[in-house]
Amino acid sequence: MNDSHYCPHTPEEIREMLSVVGASSVEELFAPIPPELRAKTFNIPPGMSEFETFARMQAIAADNGAAMVNFIGGGFYDHIIPAVVDHLSGRAEFYTAYTPYQPECSQGTLQALFEYQTAICRLTGLEVSNASLYDGATACAEAAMMALRATGRTRIVVDGCVSPFSRQVLKTYLYNQAVEVVEIAPLDGLLNRAALAACLDEHVAAVLVQNPNFFGCIEDLSPLAEQVHAAGALLVASVYPVSLGLITPPGDMGADIAVGDGQSLGNPLSFGGPSFGFIAAKKAYIRNMPGRIVGETVDKNGKRGFVLTLQAREQHIKRHKATSNICSNQGLCALRGLIFLSAVGREGVAELARLNRDKAEYTKARLAGIPGVTVVQSAPTFNEFTVFLPKPAAPVVAELLKQGIAPGVPLGDYYEDSANALVVTVTEKRTKKEIDRLAEALRAEL
Amino acid sequence: MELIYEKSVPGRRGVKLPASDVPPAPPLPDGLLRAEPAGLAEVSELDLVRHFTNLSRLNFSVDTNFYPLGSCTMKYNAKVLENAAALFAPFHPMTALLPGGGEYCQGNLGMLYDLGQMLADITGMDEVTTQPLAGAHGEMTGILLISAYHRAKGNRKKYVVVPDSSHGTNPASATIAGYEIVTVPTAPYGDMDLELFRQAMSDEVAAVMMTCPNTLGLFNPHIKEICDIAHSFGALMYYDGANLNAIMGKVKPGDVGFDVVHVNLHKTFGTPHGGGGPGAGPVGVKKALIPFLPQPRIDMDDEGTFVLQTSRPDSIGRAANFFGNFGIMVRAYAYIIMLGREGLIQVSEQAVLNANYIKERLKPYYDLPYDQTCMHECVFSASRQLAHGVHAIDIAKFLIDRGYHPPTVYFPLIVKEAIMIEPTETESKAAMDAFIDVMIEAARTAESDPRALLDAPLTMPVSRLDETKAAREQHVCCLG
Repeated sequence: MNDSHYCPHTPEEIREMLSVVGASSVEELFAPIPPELRAKTFNIPPGMSEFETFARMQAIAADNGAAMVNFIGGGFYDHIIPAVVDHLSGRAEFYTAYTPYQPECSQGTLQALFEYQTAICRLTGLEVSNASLYDGATACAEAAMMALRATGRTRIVVDGCVSPFSRQVLKTYLYNQAVEVVEIAPLDGLLNRAALAACLDEHVAAVLVQNPNFFGCIEDLSPLAEQVHAAGALLVASVYPVSLGLITPPGDMGADIAVGDGQSLGNPLSFGGPSFGFIAAKKAYIRNMPGRIVGETVDKNGKRGFVLTLQAREQHIKRHKATSNICSNQGLCALRGLIFLSAVGREGVAELARLNRDKAEYTKARLAGIPGVTVVQSAPTFNEFTVFLPKPAAPVVAELLKQGIAPGVPLGDYYEDSANALVVTVTEKRTKKEIDRLAEALRAEL
Repeated sequence: MELIYEKSVPGRRGVKLPASDVPPAPPLPDGLLRAEPAGLAEVSELDLVRHFTNLSRLNFSVDTNFYPLGSCTMKYNAKVLENAAALFAPFHPMTALLPGGGEYCQGNLGMLYDLGQMLADITGMDEVTTQPLAGAHGEMTGILLISAYHRAKGNRKKYVVVPDSSHGTNPASATIAGYEIVTVPTAPYGDMDLELFRQAMSDEVAAVMMTCPNTLGLFNPHIKEICDIAHSFGALMYYDGANLNAIMGKVKPGDVGFDVVHVNLHKTFGTPHGGGGPGAGPVGVKKALIPFLPQPRIDMDDEGTFVLQTSRPDSIGRAANFFGNFGIMVRAYAYIIMLGREGLIQVSEQAVLNANYIKERLKPYYDLPYDQTCMHECVFSASRQLAHGVHAIDIAKFLIDRGYHPPTVYFPLIVKEAIMIEPTETESKAAMDAFIDVMIEAARTAESDPRALLDAPLTMPVSRLDETKAAREQHVCCLG
């Protein structure tokens, strides 16, 4: 009878309810669906207990084999997650709440999101943040659309050093709009500044760059920001939040909008999601910002409180004239980001960033010592860097995977003439022993 | 409550990081080096635990309060789903894209493949992509698929038709996909006006976006006819799956004539929504649209191995980085296999029974603009209470004082003073009866003592907040 153990009614209760409704059976309530439209098949397998379900899920997870020692990034990073992140974000009052439409009974979520916005502003060196977006790639696309709205222009210039995934998402988003996306091919793993200068004109709404970029290189964006602003365009920087413990924040380098993926801030890899995207900007652009924003205000008695604000920009009011189609945010993932940042704190985030760079520099030196391996030295790097192998990287990667090591992302699939290149990522979680093992395995393979 | 930044004490730390086992790297050049550490909070672990535990206590949630938000299905989330999701925390998504990496992700890829098959069966579609990250993201992806389809056929299409009762995301998503919007009014019986719909149709319409049951909680008996009319103009039918939890096993959008559908996994299959997200919005399509689906696609080869297709010439590209919100897929998958065929049917049946029960019991006290058998939600109007100066929002605030999260108010826009109630299948009769009693008390208080409603809520940490001030001053962070 009770096939879903989450449906509480007894047969007696169902009878009572049906008599109130005035129907003789539950089936009668589906009468508005014309008989000829009713489902003829429904092939979902029979249900099972939660114990059998969990065993099945364990079997599926086990089908993957053991997790790899990760030297891969590509937008998702294997960082520590303090235990408090799981415990506090897992509290039911946060976990099973919805969008805070009724602020008086959602102050917990609203204040947490206000604190999150503050953390993002302080980390990026910008003035305003929203309450999070889906992920880093879609945040890039939203930032581009924000710049199009803010400038009324029609062209987006994208550095080819931006993650190929983000660039593909951007193109998917903009394909149907009267917008041109111009890509600038990288030069030695860096933005080709001469090529950029040549295409900056009165049609360009934004220049989108990534720092550190997909090859791991860090660039000083300040001179670029001046150039972009002189052309009347906005500078959008996609940044890796952990790196901001060490690197000059995008706001201080002159970026107008900063975006990124928050996975590395307390969210598990989880095969690619959920994470959250962040977006911060100069205050002048707040009305062009997509998604939910939490604002501080006071109640009738003058007491501080928080509400969703500037909702007139949003789809539930503006419908087809809204700033974007985004209805939700990633509240729970953003909360994890806030708890993570508050746990590591002001000094901790700097230390975490240094730790990442120290480990990466050690790895770089180890790999440089392998005959035939060249480390790309065109710019400083944070926790990932590019090496050239003496032979194609793809089969080398396949071989190391068999030894339980994911040594990096081969670039051949994403950039022409880069078949031998490998981007290696090292987080604070990689031990010296694991790094030495990577170096030995790579040396043996080459 | 104080902000965490106000509790911050210089020098405190909430977590100790691993010690370095490698030599320090030489410093970065000056221009690249952050001048001063970011002004994050400095608190001990216990400070942190107390802060967020106490913040959490300021929230209503499904686990603590009845949460009958309409159109935004907030139902109980089975706890075992969380344990299941935790099993998949350590897997890096790039592994699957590495040369030879697929071998080490067969469980994950196989689960996504199976989930796609099951969602295809539930919706009556041929294939599903799990990539979209939320319902609205699914809508946008779906309309981009429709656009790619028309482009491939050489069709010149300009418009997307939506009923005026639609979710606001529908027109917003179609606009991002490059279309102009044509809105069709709702007829007095609660469905899209069929005659006006016919007039809105032309060869230039790319798609018609419908929610069925719609945001009034009503199943449109003319839905097949609408699909046929749309198809006769070469338009495709888009199904907004936000309300799918009302019809599982009863009717499949694909059988009715819909060509594209998105499913809000967090609504229908019960995953945490954490104060606004995450969600997940897989999109199902009929055969003709398969070539355009986002990539990478997961396919099964002849040996039963799951492989990624990364270069499909007609694909719209990537809607997101990898495979979508995988953790949400794990929960949805576990939910579906646990409940199974009969369990899913029961979910729909009891959601519908519960909504009709509330509708019948509250009918004497509130205006019911569309008095029909409803599906999983019912929409009242507080216009009777308005005569006493009481608005829907005042009733909402009264409910808060009585321990209930309010229903959705002021949506759909076409109902004056709308109060939209969705009990879901997981609420007991006793819980609903208690809620109904409070709704009746609100209606009576509106007549006898309207002032009491206007002052609510009185029991919360804050009373009614000044939203105008928030919008005018735009204080959205503490720069510190």
